[in-house]
Amino acid sequence: MKFSLGPIVYFWPKAQVFEFYQQAAESAVDVVYLGETVCAKRRELRLPDYLAVAHQLREAGKEVVLSTMTLLESPADLRELRRYCDNGEFLLEANDFGAVGLLQEQRLPFVAGAAINCYNHEALRRLIGMGMQRWLMPVELSRDWLVRTLEQPEIADVRSCFEVEVFGFGHLPLAWSARCFTARSENRAKDECDLCCIKYPSGREVHNQEGERLFVLNGIQTLSGDRYNLVNAVAGMKGLVDVLRLSPQPQDTFSWLNKFRSNQLSAQQIPLEQHDCNGYWHRLAGICQLNEDAFQ
Amino acid sequence: MELLCPAGSMPALKAAIENGADAVYVGLRGETNARHFTGLNLDQSGLRDAVKYVHQHGRKIHVAINTFAHPQNYSHWQAAVDHAVQAGVDVLIIADIAVLGYAAEHYPGVELHLSVQASATNAAAIDFYQRTYGVSRVVLPRVLSLQQVAALAHSVNTELEVFAFGSLCIMAEGRCYLSSYMTGESPNNSGACSPAKFVRWEERNGILESRLNGFLIDSFSENENAGYPTLCKGRFEVEGERYHVLEEPTSLNTLSLLPDLLREGIKAVKIEGRQRSPAYVAQVTRVWRAAIDQLLAAPEAYRVSGEWERVLAELSEGSQTTLGAYHRSWR
Repeated sequence: MKFSLGPIVYFWPKAQVFEFYQQAAESAVDVVYLGETVCAKRRELRLPDYLAVAHQLREAGKEVVLSTMTLLESPADLRELRRYCDNGEFLLEANDFGAVGLLQEQRLPFVAGAAINCYNHEALRRLIGMGMQRWLMPVELSRDWLVRTLEQPEIADVRSCFEVEVFGFGHLPLAWSARCFTARSENRAKDECDLCCIKYPSGREVHNQEGERLFVLNGIQTLSGDRYNLVNAVAGMKGLVDVLRLSPQPQDTFSWLNKFRSNQLSAQQIPLEQHDCNGYWHRLAGICQLNEDAFQ
Repeated sequence: MELLCPAGSMPALKAAIENGADAVYVGLRGETNARHFTGLNLDQSGLRDAVKYVHQHGRKIHVAINTFAHPQNYSHWQAAVDHAVQAGVDVLIIADIAVLGYAAEHYPGVELHLSVQASATNAAAIDFYQRTYGVSRVVLPRVLSLQQVAALAHSVNTELEVFAFGSLCIMAEGRCYLSSYMTGESPNNSGACSPAKFVRWEERNGILESRLNGFLIDSFSENENAGYPTLCKGRFEVEGERYHVLEEPTSLNTLSLLPDLLREGIKAVKIEGRQRSPAYVAQVTRVWRAAIDQLLAAPEAYRVSGEWERVLAELSEGSQTTLGAYHRSWR
C-alpha cells in the first residue's frame, strides 16, 4: 500500500510550507498532493511556487499531484483552475465537477477528490470512463460501503484500471461555504478578512456549550473537531486500498506516517488519543472512536 | 419567470396549485430523494394522481430523485426514474451522475434538471452536465452572490433556477457531511440533515436544551424562541466566546431581489419546503404569486408590500429573514 500527503488545507506562511515539503522529500511518503483547495485569496504560494516544489519532490522520487479548488464561484476561480489544468506535467486532483469537465474535455487523466460525489459503482464506472485514474472515496463512507462498491461486477472487471485512496488521518473536510467562518470569528467581513486565517495553523476549534469539541473553522471550510485516525485499520486495508492519505498537520505528520507504515504488517493496536475518531470507516457517526480490538 | 413550489403530500400539492404555482416539485417515498422523512412524499399511485391533477390545471410537475444511489440497492434509483417517467411527469431533478446517465440514456426525451445536491456553482461544471447528460436547467446552490449568479447567467446555456425563500443551507449543498459526522446520516448518504430521530429536548432548571445525537446544539431561556437543532445553527463557542458560530436560525427571503433575478434572466424561483404543511405552502405561494404578477406587470414599479413581508416573517425560522449569500455582506 502506498501513502500520500493530502494538500495542506490550512493557511501556512510560505516558509512553513517549504519546510514541510523539505521533510516530505526526505520522508518515506509515496505521493504528495500540492495546491490550494480552500480559498482563492490565499496567495503565499502561487502555481509557479507549487510547480517548483513539485519538481523538487519529483527529483526526490515522489509522485506529485496538483490539487484544485473545491468551491469554485467566480470566473476568476475558473481561470485559476484552467491554469492548473494546463500545467502540462503533473496529474490533477479534481475537487469539483467543473475540473472534471475541463480535464475530460482535454482528455487528461485525473484523481477524483473526496468532494466529488461518487457513491456507487455506476458513478465510479462513469468517472473511470472520463479519465479518472484514482478515486479518493468520500470521507463519510465506510469500509463496508467501499467493499460493496468494488465487488459489483462492473468494477471488479476494471479494478486494475484505477487506484482506490482513502483519507486515513487528519481533521476531515466536512463542508464549504460562501461565508468565511474564521473572518466571522474575528468579527470581520469576508471582503476585509486581512487573511486572518494565517494566524491559525490548525484552524480554530468550535466547542458546544458543554465544552465538547465539535468542529474546526478553517476559512470557508469546516473541518471535523476530532482528528480522523485509521492507524489501527491499516492491516485490514490490504488488498482493498491502494493509497492511504494523511492530511498535513502543523506537528507530528511524519511521525504518524511512520506509525501507519509500521502498522501495515503488525496488528498492533496503537492507542488513539482522546480527540481521535474513526467512526466513518466503521459505519458509525464520524465523531465516534471505536477501539479495533472490540471486534476481535 | 416560473414559480416552483414544494409539495410533500397531495394536500400540499393542491394548496400550491390552487394558490398559483406554475409548477410543483415532489419526491417519491423512500431513499431516492433528499427529504426522506417518514410519512412524506408520494407513492407510485399518489404520483399518478398528482400528475393528473397538475396537468388538468395546465401546470407542471417535477420529481426529485436527487440523492446519491447506494451500491447495494442501486436498482431503487433506476426504478424511481422508470416510475416517474411512466407516470408522465414533466421533469426529473437529479444529482448523481449514475442516475443522470441512466435517465439520459433510457429516456432521451425527458427534461432533466440538475439538483442543487450536485453542487454546481460554476460555468465549467454546468457545461459538463449539459454536455454529458443533456441537462437543461440547473438549480444553483445558495452560496453564490447575486453578482456571481448574474455572471453565470451570462455564461451558460442552461436555464437557471434559484432558491428564493425558505430554510437556508449555509454550506454548499450536496457537499456537506457535518450531519453524518455527528449522527451517521447526511443528505448524501441518507437524504436527511440533522434527522429528527436524533433530536432530544430536555429542560433543566428553566433552560430548554436541544440535542442532536446527545450533543448539545443550543440552550434557550424562557423568553427565547427555541429552534430545531439543525447542527449548523446552534450557539457554540470559539475561545470562550459564545455566538452563532456558523449561522443564526434564519430563513432566506429574496422578495426584494425579484427585479434583479428577472433582469438577470433567472428562469425559475424555487420555494423550499417539501416538509412543510399545506397551510404554509398555501400562504407562501399566494405571496410569491402576487409578487411575481406585480413584477411582470410593471418591473420598474415593483415594490415589496409590507403585507407580504408580514406574512412571510410569521412563517420564517426565528422570525428573521436574510438575503443569504446573494448579498455580499452575509459572507
